Amino acid sequence: MSIRRIWGTARRILSQLRHDPRTIALMILAPVLLMTILKYVYQNQPMVFQRVAASLLGIFPMLVMFLITSVGTLRERTSGTLERLLILPITKLEFILGYAKAFGIAALIQATIVSSVALGPLGLKIAGSQIMLIFVAIFDALLGMAIGIFVSSFAKTEFQAVQFLPAVLFPQLLLSGLLVPRGSMPSILRIISDYLPLTYAVDATQKVVVGQGSVTRDFLILALFLFGLLAAGAFTLKRKTK
Amino acid sequence: MPEGVRISDLKIIRDGKTIIPDLTMYIDRGKIVGLLGPSGSGKTTIMRSIVGVQAIAAGSITVFGREAGSKVLRTRIGYFTQSASIYTDLTCLENLRYFARILGQSEISVHEVLELVDLTKNKKQLASSLSGGERARLALATALLGRPELLILDEPTVGLDPVLRRDLWNLFHKLADQGKTLLISSHVMDEADRCDSLFLLRDGRILAGGTPQELKDQANTDEMEAVFISLVEQL
Repeated sequence: MSIRRIWGTARRILSQLRHDPRTIALMILAPVLLMTILKYVYQNQPMVFQRVAASLLGIFPMLVMFLITSVGTLRERTSGTLERLLILPITKLEFILGYAKAFGIAALIQATIVSSVALGPLGLKIAGSQIMLIFVAIFDALLGMAIGIFVSSFAKTEFQAVQFLPAVLFPQLLLSGLLVPRGSMPSILRIISDYLPLTYAVDATQKVVVGQGSVTRDFLILALFLFGLLAAGAFTLKRKTK
Repeated sequence: MPEGVRISDLKIIRDGKTIIPDLTMYIDRGKIVGLLGPSGSGKTTIMRSIVGVQAIAAGSITVFGREAGSKVLRTRIGYFTQSASIYTDLTCLENLRYFARILGQSEISVHEVLELVDLTKNKKQLASSLSGGERARLALATALLGRPELLILDEPTVGLDPVLRRDLWNLFHKLADQGKTLLISSHVMDEADRCDSLFLLRDGRILAGGTPQELKDQANTDEMEAVFISLVEQL
């Protein structure tokens, strides 16, 4: 494992992003805008805003990171640069970790800005730690990134990659306990939701919002999913093709 | 002479269709070997299998005595693909710096290859704004990084202006004089004369092999195009 090659790959991806200021602006501004709209949609029901905003704080960056990484990785697979790279002395894991590092940094910046805006000017108040809430948002964004890298291997075109958003993320959203407490779901759905990463992200958010319960277990499970998905992403890269 | 590239009884099938039925060839070290044939004759497939990215159905390929695609070869082969595999949203310099980092090469080598392909004045330009020929040269520069011993160049001179084409062939000869091995594909028969030896390909089969002069003598003609036609008509 070479830090030079991982960091080199991450720097290259960040340089590509830097040449694309519109994407950077959309990445940061879109979630901020959504939170602001949310605030004014619930102007007459501030309690609802408090409840929903905290949960969505992590969800918006996750959706954005999912889209950016799945299309970004797919582009590398289809443009021939991936094949070009894999004949050089870089391992598949180094390549994926390079991606994770670059998009991880992007996720960190994005989640931090959105959380700060929500907790500051938009007046989101939570009973638990604000820092913890930012951590959860970063975790969500990282999760979106890892899922994005993984599913890109099942997509042949950018059209398909984008369709994975409703196919892969929306069921998780429905089952995560965000809309309906998991306890009141049919048991079969509850059991399925036990195996979905988003469940633990939403669980952690809810704990931080009410300021009760430990998020350690949620974070551990999320970390496990994160590394599992990245390893699976590396596994799907093929040096040889027909 | 140490071992060059050896292909024995190679068979490649793609989507149930046999692309290469049974191919055996040997490429000497320190030589410029041309792979000539019409589009669809299997040039790219052969090159991909030497680089080690092509799944093969049967046979064996060794490069410098090592199985194609093995780890030790990864710093020793430079590969130029037809669809210039570069990052179009990066500058020339950023592209080369990245590949140099992967190969463990210094900044000096980046400027060295930029000079070789005559792109120094474009180094800060985004690859997306380069012309087709400039993009091809940038991709060639990435293949030259780290001074690989074997260069696999898939139609490197397509679409280039004649002056540049001559310059690149001079560069190829200089590299061969330094002991590098070059396998260059082309569908333009007049490039054949610039190679040390040739393989003429059609439908995944070798029609003939030898030096340009030998092939012309056999067909009793002065033009490579005519050599090819006479070989096909003999079939």
